[in-house]
Amino acid sequence: MTTKHAPMELAKLPTGIVGFDQIANGGIPAGRSTLLSGTAGSGKTVMALQFLLAGIRDYGENGVFVTFEEAPQDLMQNVRSFGWDLEGLLESKRIAVVDATPEPGEETVATGPYDLSALLARIENAIRSVKAKRVILDAIGALFPQLTDPNIIRRELHRIAAGLRQLGVTTLVTMERTDEEGGVGRWGVEEFVADNVIVLRNRLEQEKRRRTVEVLKFRGATHHKGEYPFTIDTEDGVTIIPLSAIELKQRSSQLRVSSGVPELDRMCSGGMYRDSIILVSGATGTGKTLMVSQYIKASIQAGERALLFGAEESREQLSRNAASWGVDFEQAERDGLLRIVCRYPEVMGLEDHLLQMKRDILAFKPQRVAIDSMSAFERVSTPKSFREFVIALTSTIKHLEVTGLFTNTTSMLTGGESITETHISTITDTIILLRYVELHGEMRRGLTVLKMRGTPHDKGIREYQIDHTGMQLKAPFRGIHGILSGSPTYTFDEERERMSGLFNPSPV
Amino acid sequence: MKSFKLRLFVTGMSVQSQRAIANLTRICESDLAGLYEIEVIDVLEHPEQAESAKILATPTLVKQLPEPVRKIIGDLSDRDKVLVGLDIERLAEGRLQ
Repeated sequence: MTTKHAPMELAKLPTGIVGFDQIANGGIPAGRSTLLSGTAGSGKTVMALQFLLAGIRDYGENGVFVTFEEAPQDLMQNVRSFGWDLEGLLESKRIAVVDATPEPGEETVATGPYDLSALLARIENAIRSVKAKRVILDAIGALFPQLTDPNIIRRELHRIAAGLRQLGVTTLVTMERTDEEGGVGRWGVEEFVADNVIVLRNRLEQEKRRRTVEVLKFRGATHHKGEYPFTIDTEDGVTIIPLSAIELKQRSSQLRVSSGVPELDRMCSGGMYRDSIILVSGATGTGKTLMVSQYIKASIQAGERALLFGAEESREQLSRNAASWGVDFEQAERDGLLRIVCRYPEVMGLEDHLLQMKRDILAFKPQRVAIDSMSAFERVSTPKSFREFVIALTSTIKHLEVTGLFTNTTSMLTGGESITETHISTITDTIILLRYVELHGEMRRGLTVLKMRGTPHDKGIREYQIDHTGMQLKAPFRGIHGILSGSPTYTFDEERERMSGLFNPSPV
Repeated sequence: MKSFKLRLFVTGMSVQSQRAIANLTRICESDLAGLYEIEVIDVLEHPEQAESAKILATPTLVKQLPEPVRKIIGDLSDRDKVLVGLDIERLAEGRLQ
């Protein structure tokens, strides 16, 4: 009998940076040096510091911080906005700092061969003093103008990396690069820590800043490939959105919940699945926000919490609309059954929106989430980041076994589809189309359940009307073809039938 | 005449360090006889001193006094540069006149 051995992989050290360990298949190679390269302002120092702080906070591993560019006092001051108390950690001997910044105005005269043994001795001393497991060397590029001979520096950095490896510490080395593409670092420094390279990018795409992280290589270890968006904010520091690393592991529930429109529930064989994502797509004025209100009303009536993200209207507008259909949002908020969060898409990047929405969801723990409208977020992003946003949000919602309802505004009044629809239709479980139907010189409205995963559903196109109590589903449109394509044709057998359809808007 | 307070940071008994000590002693004897004081610090034994003086390279010669403080790195084999670094050149010229 033979047993198949899994390929030996180098041990990884979890960084503790949200999302990073997922794309890096567990973390950075333990006991090695990893180069973190990026242009100015790409978030290298924040990420490196987070690696150090997460080590202390989550793994009880102390750290050493070697700074080559920014004076320790300035740096501690700068990261205070993240709530990071480096002074406190320094006092309690959880971290030690090695200040390798140049003295202002100091010039160095070289009078013969030298090495960087003093620097190595200082780092080793700092590691011993706090029994550090994690080390960061921040902005080693600053060494080059400080000393004179780049060849000596390269050789010596190599020696320092070897020395750190002997001490068994895991090191993150940050290095500035001049361009987003091309060489990993300046000064040919990639040669000395070429084994493991992570690249941070901060590109301008269609007037929007987009930060990404890419694991370029880990020698002898696996990682996810390609760029992953990330965001930096004062609450969590760096948060990486591990898109393709998201696992399709959601359980699927047989439990059904009401959509808030009883007739629609009947069309869907008894309601929506508990952990499904519903997309309501229609032109302006077709009643998407009404469907959201009814969906939330159903939640409130069931005594379940709902979280509503408004992207186009203010909370006052949303409450007023709901009140006109007999749903009291304000009372529900007071009862703790509803939370309305209104953020215009323009106020921040999509990655930040995603992070905030995730936080809102985790904090409020709703049973239902509604986003009105999803397509509003599309106007502030590129198609790629919008798709990533929808995937990540959908995954979060499904993971928590929460029902999600997204609305999508189509640009065509009758028929047609929008980019949002094509982008997110495969991710959603249920798609409900709301369409204007032009019939004998009148604008009527039609609803159809285009798709519903895992259950039979009514496939007819049903007329509906909106009154003060909400959406009233009527009989299917008969004798008409081509409603969804936007150009209906009529096939009435008799003129009398046409006349009855004309004067009685809800036949049968 | 001001006296020179010099600190030389070295690494153990390495060849470079030994050479730096010898070179420094020779320069001081010829140009600063009786005016200097040298302290040799081994960074492997006293890393905290290297830390407080912010030393990166070894050997590093620090001219503590007279002001301004100046750092000279290398094994001090380039005598002219060492003299410039220590501001001794001017001193020597002054003496010649």
